[in-house]
Amino acid sequence: MDGVSIPLDHVLLLSALLFICGLLGLMMRRNIIFILVSLEVMLNASAVAFVAAGARWGQADGQIVFMMILAVAAAEVAVGLGLVLQIQRRFKNLDMDDANRMRG
Amino acid sequence: MLELILFYMASTIALVSTILALTRANATHALIYLILSLLAVAVVFYLIGAPFAAALEVVVYAGAIMVLFIFVIMMLNLGEKGDRQEKQLLKPQVWIVPVIFALLLLVELVLVLSKSAPATTQGLVTSKQVGLTLFGPYVLAVEIASMLLLAGLVGAYHLGRRYLEEGREE
Repeated sequence: MDGVSIPLDHVLLLSALLFICGLLGLMMRRNIIFILVSLEVMLNASAVAFVAAGARWGQADGQIVFMMILAVAAAEVAVGLGLVLQIQRRFKNLDMDDANRMRG
Repeated sequence: MLELILFYMASTIALVSTILALTRANATHALIYLILSLLAVAVVFYLIGAPFAAALEVVVYAGAIMVLFIFVIMMLNLGEKGDRQEKQLLKPQVWIVPVIFALLLLVELVLVLSKSAPATTQGLVTSKQVGLTLFGPYVLAVEIASMLLLAGLVGAYHLGRRYLEEGREE
């Protein structure tokens, strides 16, 4: 429209910073709830990049991929939280380091 | 110019609340900040010209997925420790920062809606366009997403059912 527009670089920078936050959280936290939250943050950051790129060229494809990411996030959270319930029942806490043994 | 200021405000809120969310010791506090971060990202979506994605972000992410998280934290039944957390959650200082951020986002929303034209500066991608593309060239992706969600449903049911049965035996 009239000159002023939000630069694509800055939206992509926001997306990258959000992704880095999620990655650092994933590596530093040992609580399984926080690990799932970090995964959500990372998925959301990649969705920001897709929507920004789609909006830059005026195409709807970016938002389609955003919806796919939403579906993936919903399925991942449902299964992940089921695992949280199992781990809580079995180990009586939510520390991932307690669950590093496999049977066999 | 207004759009740029609103964009930088919303991105700052998103980043700060994400960092705060991932550094909390308490899972419930972290979820409050995470919801705030998702709302800020929804404002960013609206500003860059994707109102449909913004609505989905609020309804599905901040609404449905976060409610799942809160349900599971409630189901974990933390007992004595949980009661202490609950009392702590009622103290005002826990709420001050999220409330300030949420008010800032509300101010942005009012500013954006008070303009007659949508405050998007680049090409606006309407929900009609999204729908036509989704059920045109991308219809296979819709089917794949439905299979994925079905797999998620079955997996979650399987894991949760065993949890309930073991609880009954005790």
